[in-house]
Amino acid sequence: MSASDHAALSSQLSTPHVGGANVREVHDSFHGDLLEVSMGPHHPSTHGVFRMIVTLDGETIVKLKPVFGYLHRNHEKLGETVTYLGSMPYTDRLDYLSSMTNNWAYALAVEKLAGQAVPERAEYVRVILAELTRLLNHTCLAGFLMQDCGCSGTPLMYAFREREYILDLFESLSGSRMMCNYQRFGGCRVDPSADWLTGAQKLADRYGTFLDEFETLLTGNEIIIARTQGVGKLSPELAISAGVTGPMLRATGVNYDLRKVDAYGVYPRFDFRVPLGDHGDVYDRYMIRVLEMRESIKILQQALAGLPAGPIMDPKAKLRSFRPKAGEAYGRIEGPKGEIGFYLLSDGSPNPYRYRIRPPSFINLTVLEDMCLGHTVADAVIILGSVDIVLGEVDR
Amino acid sequence: MTLPGPLTFLLQLPLSSAAGAADAFLERLPLVARDWVTSWLPEPWRWLVNSLLSIAIILSVFGLLFAYVTLAERKILGRIQNRPGPNRTPIPFTKLRFFGLAQPFADGVKSLTKEDVVPRGADHLLHFLAPVVLLAFSILTFAVIPYGRHLVPVELNAGVLYFFAAGAATELAVFMAGWASRNKYSLLAAMRALAQLISYELPLLLAWVPVVLVAGTLSTTEIVAAQAGWQFNVIPHWYVFTPWGAAGFAIFMIAALAESNRSPFDLPEAESELVAGHLTEYSGFKYALFFMAEYFGMIALSGMAITLFLGGWHAPSPYLEFIPSYVWFMGKLSALLLGFIWIRATFPRLRMDQLTRFAWKFLVPLALINLGNAAFWSLSFHWSGPFQILRWLISVLVVVGPFVLLGRKLSAGVAPRVYRYAV
Repeated sequence: MSASDHAALSSQLSTPHVGGANVREVHDSFHGDLLEVSMGPHHPSTHGVFRMIVTLDGETIVKLKPVFGYLHRNHEKLGETVTYLGSMPYTDRLDYLSSMTNNWAYALAVEKLAGQAVPERAEYVRVILAELTRLLNHTCLAGFLMQDCGCSGTPLMYAFREREYILDLFESLSGSRMMCNYQRFGGCRVDPSADWLTGAQKLADRYGTFLDEFETLLTGNEIIIARTQGVGKLSPELAISAGVTGPMLRATGVNYDLRKVDAYGVYPRFDFRVPLGDHGDVYDRYMIRVLEMRESIKILQQALAGLPAGPIMDPKAKLRSFRPKAGEAYGRIEGPKGEIGFYLLSDGSPNPYRYRIRPPSFINLTVLEDMCLGHTVADAVIILGSVDIVLGEVDR
Repeated sequence: MTLPGPLTFLLQLPLSSAAGAADAFLERLPLVARDWVTSWLPEPWRWLVNSLLSIAIILSVFGLLFAYVTLAERKILGRIQNRPGPNRTPIPFTKLRFFGLAQPFADGVKSLTKEDVVPRGADHLLHFLAPVVLLAFSILTFAVIPYGRHLVPVELNAGVLYFFAAGAATELAVFMAGWASRNKYSLLAAMRALAQLISYELPLLLAWVPVVLVAGTLSTTEIVAAQAGWQFNVIPHWYVFTPWGAAGFAIFMIAALAESNRSPFDLPEAESELVAGHLTEYSGFKYALFFMAEYFGMIALSGMAITLFLGGWHAPSPYLEFIPSYVWFMGKLSALLLGFIWIRATFPRLRMDQLTRFAWKFLVPLALINLGNAAFWSLSFHWSGPFQILRWLISVLVVVGPFVLLGRKLSAGVAPRVYRYAV
């Protein structure tokens, strides 16, 4: 590192508060040269092909530059070259842990664009699948986060065991475990059978027990508390101005859940609460997700109990040779990672003129450096883990 | 009491007297076997062959133990994590799998035949020396552990001191590996390893000083001999059953976890942070040597913990003395190793500053207080009757009080939280 670089960094260091994090001043002879380490794209805990160029003073991070785009595949341009229906399977590949909610958000945008109504049964099924997706995503995230904390795989394997049960449900419903391609404009592709609903009911009844077991192992663990509390603090002001959404935003104490704010679908009919954190650190982000899972189970129970009979697809819905009128629409839902939104601009042709995604994990990732400054490499790993990114969605 | 003919030998088994146990055939079996081998040689050669035999037995027994501890670790981790663990490796040229019992040998063949990659900018000599030095020092530590009543490879007056001197040198090799690899992750790992060494060497050493104080000797055999006997034929006179011994044992095992780089103190090779730490640039057999040294260190430290606190090879009850002493040693060793594996499966990793803080602000003061506690214990050995109860009370208080106070101070400011819900 050249002397000028060093001087520039040193001047950065002397700023006591960079982005909310408290950075130690470094000017004594004990703290010598800075070390630049490239973490990723092939690193065990960057959750895919993500790269962080971190500048270290000892082990303290003084600068962090995220590098991504290794998984870029022209998703938005692709959306303009295929029909509206043709984009539906592509949305599965965005956040490949929660394809059901991606499908829903996209279907919602197209339904808004075309003024398409959705039958009540389909709305209920969508809620059931979205909440199952939330359970799946949060469970996996908790497992990954604990893996990043240094657990030798035990929480991760427990989490993946439960994930398998949910994936089995998805597979028997849609034919695919992860790439479900299930939602359609005006309803859902297939009607869930009575067997399937019984399976979902069993899972919903059982999941609380698993969460209890999981929490017994992890939540009260002194090492986890010491590792995560006070680490990676995010202020509500910064979170709002950066556009952070989802559990990360609610962990800072901001009451913003699209299921309550937009009241889309049939969510207003269900009784559930929105947990809020007070510190905005990694522990809060973990706990908010655990508490959200418990609320999701409540929603699942209510939705399964109140599931009405009727068609799963609007009979007037048109899938092939579908040409919405010229206009624009933005559909957004509360995905497991935050607000997932699709913006569509139609010129009356079979393809959208412009297809734009608001990816929650990409936007949540923008505050990574602010959260990591002043912490150590070990903390950066768990802070990244607590952001909950999926590179398919970040890079698109 | 009449027994069927073939079982009459049971009556002849010495059950109570220590002298009888010492003469039991199984107990003397290793000695008999050794003497049988050396009796074929001329007298001047016997001492040399005796030593070589000890070395060969240590290498083969602990080499095999290492192989099967790795397998056991993978199997037990697997069971804890709802998966079967390695179970596919057949016995060569057969289709017999036996739960994957051949897995360690398959691993050995794999690491022997793998390409040995050395980074271009690396210090070749140090890069080669690091695993060799590490393994050499780990094996040296096996010399002074009494494995059974008649099984001590080397009788040293200062055996305990020798053990920890050789054990402390192993961290130097970790630093060599980290520095020689010319890799930033390795360098960070080397830095962490040194900090960890300096921090945890102190509680490790301070934890066994009370034992030396009470036993009055640095020789491992005499420390084991000092723990002979039973209270009311039920409670063994092991040091772990005294307040200061229990505290010392706990501190010793925590520090041993850190010294052998095991979870939750596996910071030098933290795979989620530093890829593989100091092992990042090692492949093939050099990697296997590191792996072997780590397990040897773990086994040796467990063996020393048994020697110092768990009564060495002594049976827990006089009625169980018919089982040979080396079997007891191996049983205790397996139990401790199971503990190591269990802890690895359960706990997340600490952060560097928390690791050092835990050592300096918690373990070291506790170990120092415990040293005073042991001094009090040995000064009050003649207290009897109600004073005996008083002695226990004081000793327990001296351990528990600082533990609670220091622990409260250490975890100040962090606690489980209560969450609110939006209305």
